[in-house]
Amino acid sequence: MPNLNRIRAIAGKEVYHILRDSRTLAIVILMPILQLIIFGYAMNMELQNVPLAISDLAHNHASRRIIQAFEQSGYFRIIPVAVEDFVPEELFRQRKAQATLSIPRDCGEERTQMLLKVDASDPNTAQLIQNYALGILGGGAKSGLLDLRPFILYNPDLKSSFFFVPGLIAMILVMICALLTSISISREKEMGTMEQILVSPVSALEILLGKVIPYILLGLLDAFLILGVGMLLFKVPFAGSFVVFLGFSFLYVLCALCLGLLVSTIAKTQQAAMMMALGITLLPTLLLSGYLFPIPSMPAVLQKITLIIPARYYLVIIRGIMLKGNSVAELYQAGLSLIVMTIVMLIVAVKRFKLRLI
Amino acid sequence: MSIVKVEGLGISFGNLPALKEINLQVPAGGIYGIIGPDSAGKTTLLRTICTLLPYKEGKVEVLKLDALKDAAVIRAQIGYMPQRFSLYRDLSVEQNIRFSARLFGVNGKEYASTLERLYQFSKLQPFAGRQAGKLSGGMQQKLALSCALIHKPELLVLDEPTFGVDPVSRQDFWDILHALKAEGISIIVSTPYMDEAQQCDRISLLFKGKIIGSDTPAGILAGWKGHLYRLETDDPQRLYGYLKEDLRLGDLQLFGSDIHLGSEDALEDAVFEKWQKGCPALKSWQQIQPNMEDVFLKMMQ
Repeated sequence: MPNLNRIRAIAGKEVYHILRDSRTLAIVILMPILQLIIFGYAMNMELQNVPLAISDLAHNHASRRIIQAFEQSGYFRIIPVAVEDFVPEELFRQRKAQATLSIPRDCGEERTQMLLKVDASDPNTAQLIQNYALGILGGGAKSGLLDLRPFILYNPDLKSSFFFVPGLIAMILVMICALLTSISISREKEMGTMEQILVSPVSALEILLGKVIPYILLGLLDAFLILGVGMLLFKVPFAGSFVVFLGFSFLYVLCALCLGLLVSTIAKTQQAAMMMALGITLLPTLLLSGYLFPIPSMPAVLQKITLIIPARYYLVIIRGIMLKGNSVAELYQAGLSLIVMTIVMLIVAVKRFKLRLI
Repeated sequence: MSIVKVEGLGISFGNLPALKEINLQVPAGGIYGIIGPDSAGKTTLLRTICTLLPYKEGKVEVLKLDALKDAAVIRAQIGYMPQRFSLYRDLSVEQNIRFSARLFGVNGKEYASTLERLYQFSKLQPFAGRQAGKLSGGMQQKLALSCALIHKPELLVLDEPTFGVDPVSRQDFWDILHALKAEGISIIVSTPYMDEAQQCDRISLLFKGKIIGSDTPAGILAGWKGHLYRLETDDPQRLYGYLKEDLRLGDLQLFGSDIHLGSEDALEDAVFEKWQKGCPALKSWQQIQPNMEDVFLKMMQ
């Protein structure tokens, strides 16, 4: 049985370290905010002021209404082009326009065909331009019998901040938590202080629990910090309950801290621990959690790998809470997955942790 | 009764043998010195006794318990002070001691009374709130010793506790060890300083991973056979070359500006006068009692 007093001794000592070490504290508090701001403004996926050239051969009431709709949308900026210069390929090559729209003479009559050309040298942007343009034209799919009108839920304006703020909470939390525990243990190995701890009757589980407990608070502090800044700066909604958010974030933080413990049983120096912790959290979370790329469109092998990425589950949870207002009933499965991962990692870490020097 | 018994212990790091065929019996209630130069294997031996290193060859018994199987029980009853200062530099003196106490389950009244006694000998009380990293070398060692003593261990293991500490603090430290011994604590201490061997009740000389001699300091010194002469000179290199190359004498050691010459037979003044003619750098000679360093250097050969 783990001895509570010894766990408290190690946890208490860790708190002194945290309070004394203002540099780490600054990193823990400032890094998430900085990352959020940098990512937030860099990863803006909304279109604004796309240069659009229009050739209007109709010059009637209907065509003017279309042009006006594009102008007022805010997504497009109409650039004036003389009729003889309206050569889409040439405009794209000179980077004068990213899209062109040709309105034929019969505009306003039944079944008008218009031509939208888009510069797809950047496919993502091209896709967005196409969607926005079709939206403005009143549902491109409107044809014959079918009248398909998309109605988008939870993020009706498709604001990208709704998408990246939850993702960033997931990414920054796993990164910082894995760093905290792995560095804290490898530092003791490097400084030789572990030798002094080991020669006491303390067990591996007691050391590891003592190391994890103080950092849970720091991790949760970070979770609320990022959420707060996200809501303040990027106006993300929060439809669910804070208690549910706290509970599931606790599970996620714990899982990430145990990941750090696992790293510390492999890495011998702080440097190695840092590289390893960043390596296994940053890219996998970005690419394989469903944050940037949807999991169903991945190859089968990668889909299997996503099952062991903690952020995969937390993303479901946090998007659910923030945007859909999900409660425990809808999220417990993802929560259970986190608990299972945490327990497995803790067991492996305890087994791997050496109570001797070699 | 022996408090530590080591039989045929061998340890290698990869292909590098660190300890070979170590046999050791440490009697309870004294100061036992492990004396040897750097990289002789002192730290490896002490870490093994403290159950910090696994071993495949031989047997190590501490307090009649097996160092491999009963590590947890042994750890609760010994105090260990590693070679490197391994306390938390950012924690205060008292926070460091308190942490050790809690790890060993020393609480409440027992903690308060032990702390008071530790402060008495260490004189660290005025610095209780100071960060450990801001203490002098001698005070850091006393703090480390205090942490190792907080749970009143039966056996205290100290790895080069006086290394890099000024001579006054060194003597201070030894005075404390003698006081602890008087209280009945068994102490194993390693040191590279030969002169500190005299402070121990028994010593083992460790060289290149092997024990080359175990006895009381007096017994080790008594093991010296023959005569020892100190030759004073103003040019030790030249005289050393003369004795070694021209006279083919083997038992020579440079000691600062002197040369110590060992000989099985007593040497008459006439012999030295003859050498003086051959090498005028020889100024005077005198028969002396061998010290620990002479004996150790001879045993190393």
